[in-house]
Amino acid sequence: MTGNIDLLARAREGQIAAVARLLSIVENEEPEAAEIVRATHPDTGHATVVGITGPPGAGKSSLVSTLTAAFRARYPRVAVVAVDPSSPFTGGAILGDRIRMRERFLDEGVFIRSMANRGNSGGLARTTKRVVNLLDALGFDIILVETVGVGQEEIEVVRVVETVCLLTIPGMGDDIQAIKSGIMEIADVLVVNKADRPGADRAVKDFAQMMTLGTPRLDWKIPIVKTSATEGTGIDDLVAAIESHGKWARASGDARRRSLDAMRKEVETLLRERILRELAERVTDDHLDRAAARVADREVDPYAAVEELLA
Amino acid sequence: MKRPLRVVVAKPGLDGHDRGAKIIARAFRDAGFEVIYTGIFQTSEMIVRTVLEEDADILGLSILSGSHMHFAEEICGALREQAAREVLVIMGGILPPRDIPKVKEAGVAEVFGPGTPTARIVEYVREWQGAA
Repeated sequence: MTGNIDLLARAREGQIAAVARLLSIVENEEPEAAEIVRATHPDTGHATVVGITGPPGAGKSSLVSTLTAAFRARYPRVAVVAVDPSSPFTGGAILGDRIRMRERFLDEGVFIRSMANRGNSGGLARTTKRVVNLLDALGFDIILVETVGVGQEEIEVVRVVETVCLLTIPGMGDDIQAIKSGIMEIADVLVVNKADRPGADRAVKDFAQMMTLGTPRLDWKIPIVKTSATEGTGIDDLVAAIESHGKWARASGDARRRSLDAMRKEVETLLRERILRELAERVTDDHLDRAAARVADREVDPYAAVEELLA
Repeated sequence: MKRPLRVVVAKPGLDGHDRGAKIIARAFRDAGFEVIYTGIFQTSEMIVRTVLEEDADILGLSILSGSHMHFAEEICGALREQAAREVLVIMGGILPPRDIPKVKEAGVAEVFGPGTPTARIVEYVREWQGAA
């Protein structure tokens, strides 16, 4: 136990290996994780947490790299949490986001961590929120969270960050894409990346037009920013849009509402995990096998089998 | 929960031949490991920083440029100084046989030359894990 307090002290001093070890303990849900979360939770809530999401190939990693540099020029400490998918077959993963982020590796004010989603389906790993909270408590000013390449329904990032930047690229889809449900509804800032390619202005126009069609979700007018991560254009505009969304969210109470929603989800998740663990101790595989056989032989119906298992 | 092994696969120096690195990254992925792939043209400092930040168990270096001695010494030395725990360093690529004992002296646990079946490398890593 004292080992972890010592680890925490070294992480607070900024020792890279200590920070990394703490993140692993939380990510792997090792037995000490609860103790670490308990010790750090009071210090959370200070960082600005920004999500970068969008389909595979939209340029998320390159943009995160450019954004990291831009934020680092304005704030002392920036962390990046980049999530990539695990194989559903082997559990293995290729975490390749660093390939695009090389030049910033040696800056003491930047910490980059890759995470595999380990079978979680919402675009992040199950423990990404806890990893982000830990970085927040350790004093990082800005935390950029890059999701896996998402389709239309992976929206968990909205429960982890304050501002969601949704990336799209020219030619990704027509104006109907912009009014579909799901991912489009979580955008706080819309980014048309790879704007050096033809069709960028058209994409901006389509989005802008679609957004005039409905009643806005809130009194936040979603800005549409054109960026080119490779040419470095539009980055200052994006930083400005992120900062102004953060200000609005805090002033309007939207940040509070979102934080309550996220914490509720987190407590609910932990509660469910705990109940399942306790249940697994009471109802063993053996019990299940026997119940299954009885249901198969028509001795009991499935509902009755459940009643018996819990009795 | 049993956690997957975390492996950094890196190519140090001015050598863009990354096919071997990609093949081994893929083999490690298929073995169920979480592979952090850094890409080419990495400096020793960048590689060490990646291993530390990612809390990696294993570092796989792919070198075809003849600079294996330099990188083995620099990287293994820095890891001994800065890592919180033992990191298994393995190397793949083309090394003159007489250099293999020297890179092992520097801290590289094993060297896998051209033609090594990927299954053998995975097996080596698993044995190391079992012994640890």
